[in-house]
Amino acid sequence: MSKMILRTVMAVMVMSLAFVMLTGCSKEEEKIKIGFNIPLTGDIPKVGEASKNAAEMLKEDINSQGGLEVGGKKIPLEFYYEDNESKAESAVNVALKLIEQNGVVAIIGPNSSKQAVPAGGTCNDNRTPMVSPWSTNPDTTKNRPWVFRAAFLDPFQGPVAVNFAAKQFKAKTAAVLFDISNDYSKGLAEIFKDIWEKKNGADSVVAFVSHGTKDQDFSAQLTKIINSNPDFIFVPDNYNQVALIIKQAHDLGWTGPFMGSDAWGSSELMTLCGKDCIGQFFSTHYAAAGAKGATKEFIDRYSAKFGETPDDVAALTWDATRLVLQAIQDAGSFNSDVKAERKAIRDALSSVKEFAGITGSMKFDEQGDPIKCAVVVRIDENGQFVFAESVCP
Amino acid sequence: MDILIQNLLNALQWGSFYALIALGYTLVYGVLLLINFAHGDVFMVGAYVAFFVATFFLGIVDLSPGLTLALTVPLTMLLTAGVGVTLERVAYRPLRRKGAHRLYVVITALMCGLMLENSNLALLGASRKKFPELLDKVIYTWGNVSVTNLKLIVILTAIAVFILLEFIVTRTKIGMAMRGISYDKFAIPLMGIPIDNVIVFTFVLGSGMAGLAGLLFAMSYPILEPYMGALIGWKAFIAAVVGGIGDIRGAFLGGFLLGFIEVGVVAIFPSTYRDLFAFSILLMILWIKPTGIFGVAKTTKI
Repeated sequence: MSKMILRTVMAVMVMSLAFVMLTGCSKEEEKIKIGFNIPLTGDIPKVGEASKNAAEMLKEDINSQGGLEVGGKKIPLEFYYEDNESKAESAVNVALKLIEQNGVVAIIGPNSSKQAVPAGGTCNDNRTPMVSPWSTNPDTTKNRPWVFRAAFLDPFQGPVAVNFAAKQFKAKTAAVLFDISNDYSKGLAEIFKDIWEKKNGADSVVAFVSHGTKDQDFSAQLTKIINSNPDFIFVPDNYNQVALIIKQAHDLGWTGPFMGSDAWGSSELMTLCGKDCIGQFFSTHYAAAGAKGATKEFIDRYSAKFGETPDDVAALTWDATRLVLQAIQDAGSFNSDVKAERKAIRDALSSVKEFAGITGSMKFDEQGDPIKCAVVVRIDENGQFVFAESVCP
Repeated sequence: MDILIQNLLNALQWGSFYALIALGYTLVYGVLLLINFAHGDVFMVGAYVAFFVATFFLGIVDLSPGLTLALTVPLTMLLTAGVGVTLERVAYRPLRRKGAHRLYVVITALMCGLMLENSNLALLGASRKKFPELLDKVIYTWGNVSVTNLKLIVILTAIAVFILLEFIVTRTKIGMAMRGISYDKFAIPLMGIPIDNVIVFTFVLGSGMAGLAGLLFAMSYPILEPYMGALIGWKAFIAAVVGGIGDIRGAFLGGFLLGFIEVGVVAIFPSTYRDLFAFSILLMILWIKPTGIFGVAKTTKI
């Protein structure tokens, strides 16, 4: 008898699942469906939240005017936010879900290279255009005609950090602490080491030390670094780890400077890190303090709406999404066949030569990577990220 | 030499957390032969309880950091003990009453841990919490060796807790009752010992220590997240097994041993080898002595 009940329950579950999947594909009124593959939980939830906020703001802007104007017709936008849990394997599953179940015409994200590199492969194989707002690792778009991005690359960011630190700290030696299981952190650390040693001679990176993603205690690594007596420590890590690393370095008696990378730039960095982070420098995509024009307008509206200064991820998501919308408009008409529309968007994206984003104007190379400026910001006494230097290629 | 002493201090701090959590595993196992896999998450709950208590007193009641700390320690231990006792009451006791096999209780414990993690995620969201600073940081430096006052407090607390538990279990009446239940839980009620009360007391002790560990952990690594207890809980469990689960000295030694091995491996090799080397060494210890360092072959534990 109980077996019978069990079978019935299972049959009902399978049927309802099938029903959900079928209805997911059925025809409704015409909408531009765009998917967001973002980390709403996991290691960097603030990154996903900022992305979602920016996207919501853009969607409201356009839908309040009746939709996006494509070839003389206004089509409303529909955004799907899917959580990739800051994990590589979930990012792939999310990409597949967005492509197959939700039938999106393009995907924004993932943000971190750790997820963007594998998800980029999935999108490329499934012939769906993907634009990563924040990923800086070259492998994300390399030999993937369907994958684009809105951020500069690590081979560009690396030298920016090297040159700035050498000048600012008058440094001859450097130490690097990075997350070995994160493509972004590892890639950037290696690029940094390479360029620093070319500039300052072999062995001028006196300590090159790794840690794992889930680590909370970095004292052994930092003891090694401090003992090698570098002029500064380069930490290309996510903001949540940065907060722990800097505090523990100070506990171990380190008083020297740190140099960071764009993954520091979350609005949550100062909440988590507090006074330990004050006075440190990092390279990033834009500086909110002292912005002008369209950038300022975006910052003001975002701050009013969500009660915090938008970080670089929010600004880059805005740019990445607008890039896709621009491509849809450029394609001329909206095709109700998803596959054809995806192709049209990809073709339009690849023919974009220049785009004026709020994180600066970008030119695209044949790989789908923008050529744009980087800024270095300093964390001032009030915890604001203030502009220190701008570096253009 | 400096680097060695510095790393010894680092390892003592890291090992203290393993030891404090391992003590909770060992107490419950010693009395009930139950591996309380929810214990790592009770530790996480302890850290969050400490966070809410501390921010309440700092922000809403507006007390000084020192006074807040003095109130946070007992309150955190008490409230976390409450969570541990609730788990016992809701999840383990009904199963024990029905005479369920130990395996099912262990699985129930695993589920309880997952429920604690995910209900935290659902209730409080994925965003990290920053633990407020309750202690004025003082850094003592000798040559290249630096140690903060907090680090010393953590190490001393772990040692004090160990001595206290050792005293309770071997020198007091209730400790004798705990050992008695471990020896024969069917004969003990016949002697007029309220078995349920003793078990509740065991959970109070174990969870209270987890709460204390959570508070100290949150002060040392002030970023809280829902899954912070999972990995450290697993590792502390392994430390307890290596020390000889059910034995208090074993849990203490095992915790520090794991701390020393982990920090030592990172100090010498790249960090990728940490868990590989650490657990290979522990595996070798279990090959030589499968019951753990202080383990006894059967029957009497604790």
